[in-house]
Amino acid sequence: MLAKNLSVSRKLFIIGNALLIIIITLACLIPIINLLARSFSGSHAIIENRVKLLPVDFTVQAYSQVMNNSDFWTALLVSVKRVLLGVPINMLLTILAAYPLSKSNHIFRARKYYSFYFIFLMVFNGGLIPTYLVVSNLGLIDTIWSLILPGAVPIFNVILIMNFFRGLPEELEESAMLDGASQWTILWRIFLPLSKPSIATVALFSMIMHWNSWFDGLIYSNFTSNYPLQSYLQTLVVDIQSKLLSGDLESIADTMNVNDINLKAAQIFISIIPLCAIYPFMQRYFTEGLTLGSVKG
Amino acid sequence: MNTIDKSRQRVFHLMLLLPVIALFIFGYVPLFGIIIAFKDYQPGLGFFKSTWVGLENFRTIAILPDFMPALRNTLVIAVFKVIGNLIFPVIFALMLNELRIKWFKKTVQTITYLPYFLSWVVLGGILLDFLSTGNTPSDSGFLNTILMKMGLTDTPINFLGNKDLFPSTVVVSDIWKHFGYNTIVFLAALTNINPSLYEAASIDGAGRWKQTWHVTLPGIAPIIILMTVLSIGNILNAGFEQIFVLYSPSVYETGDIIDTLVYRLGLVNQQFSLSAAVGLFKSIVSGILILVSYKLAEKYAGYRVF
Repeated sequence: MLAKNLSVSRKLFIIGNALLIIIITLACLIPIINLLARSFSGSHAIIENRVKLLPVDFTVQAYSQVMNNSDFWTALLVSVKRVLLGVPINMLLTILAAYPLSKSNHIFRARKYYSFYFIFLMVFNGGLIPTYLVVSNLGLIDTIWSLILPGAVPIFNVILIMNFFRGLPEELEESAMLDGASQWTILWRIFLPLSKPSIATVALFSMIMHWNSWFDGLIYSNFTSNYPLQSYLQTLVVDIQSKLLSGDLESIADTMNVNDINLKAAQIFISIIPLCAIYPFMQRYFTEGLTLGSVKG
Repeated sequence: MNTIDKSRQRVFHLMLLLPVIALFIFGYVPLFGIIIAFKDYQPGLGFFKSTWVGLENFRTIAILPDFMPALRNTLVIAVFKVIGNLIFPVIFALMLNELRIKWFKKTVQTITYLPYFLSWVVLGGILLDFLSTGNTPSDSGFLNTILMKMGLTDTPINFLGNKDLFPSTVVVSDIWKHFGYNTIVFLAALTNINPSLYEAASIDGAGRWKQTWHVTLPGIAPIIILMTVLSIGNILNAGFEQIFVLYSPSVYETGDIIDTLVYRLGLVNQQFSLSAAVGLFKSIVSGILILVSYKLAEKYAGYRVF
């Protein structure tokens, strides 16, 4: 498409544009590379902040220490449990809600009442304290269910899947009904197989949400042994930070073992490995799924 | 046919049963629980027995010294986030759209999406080290070391501990997390522009910049308007998780927002009713703004949310 005889200004533009994009991309990457380098560096190099993009005094000591840190493994186990229970529950409830809501008011006559019921909660919510009191009065504090049930129906995901279902041709359903298929069969045998990309997208988002959530773990657990991984990391990150920012340098030196810094970096890095590993492969799906769901006029 | 239709309606209701119950317990019951904003809630007495105090809690909030600063900080931070999170993705999408090398474009996208998928705890942990001032200038974090080497500053800049800089740090780091991912929507809109429009423009003698101005921007204007309108509902959401991880008492003056105030009042100081009242205020204002934005989106962009 580009003409062979590009003008000088056009060439300059292309190069300048590419350079700027590279700089912006590096800005996204450098802090993470810095983290990785610190996790593999010796403690002295870190405390003196000599670590930039490559490890200094390379060591895997931090990682071997994490391996022996039972708090870390307990928290990791809670997170894995949360994802394994939370994602299927999210998906089941999302699909069960999206299918009937994708029907027209004419076919599913009570639809408008249900959509009001759903959308009202997208607009208004009880807020932090009332929700906390409900979870606590149900006796869910310190159980895995406090992390799964309050967000069991992600309404935004229901809308994404609902929009996708709506885009499927109606003839498919009509012919299946003539063959005597029930609504359950139509959902299970026709709609689901056809919606794999958007279901994969939503499952990915649900997984990331469960893996990344930390605030609910923090408020719904009395014992740190019930913390999911991200809540556990939060205590590491914020504890150190409040000391750093209050400028109480002596207490930093006292309470913070030098090793803790590369230990922290190692733990943070381990926590993002699953995400970094999955999402490039899912990129095609979520780009597709997102644009399908949200940009529909 | 009638019996078939009846059974079909029944199946639909049945499918919705579980989601409706879950939303009732964890969505609607807390909404009724807002009543405690009008009571003096005592955990020992429970919802029903706590004494009714009417608007007392709201009067207390009005004279609470932390409330007005929190409201102002919320608005300032949220407005700048909304603007930045629109402008930067649009510009970045336009830049990416000029790239012709496919693998390069794809690599850039993969990397710039990454921060979106990391939690604020992880990003907070990274930023605290990255922006650190250190104990002495010689051991400050990556960014300050670079800035000092380039001669842009003599002493390390306290991005997170200086109350004048904190809001900017919050806004910039939020854009850093989101711009790559937010680009997706605009890139999709860019690829949907009819190529014949560009051909026609170039036949009429329009250069690249003129084409961008007269073809590309009008082509993605509807989606820009839609995104702007939908972000109106976020005007009281300054980003609780981010600020909770990054802030400290030394920046409360400019960094404390409604949500962090609700958290401290309610869960730290155990003043449930007062906290619920602040939460109710936010919920009502946000709810109205969201409704307005949905209506505007439907009217001007033809976009129906549900």
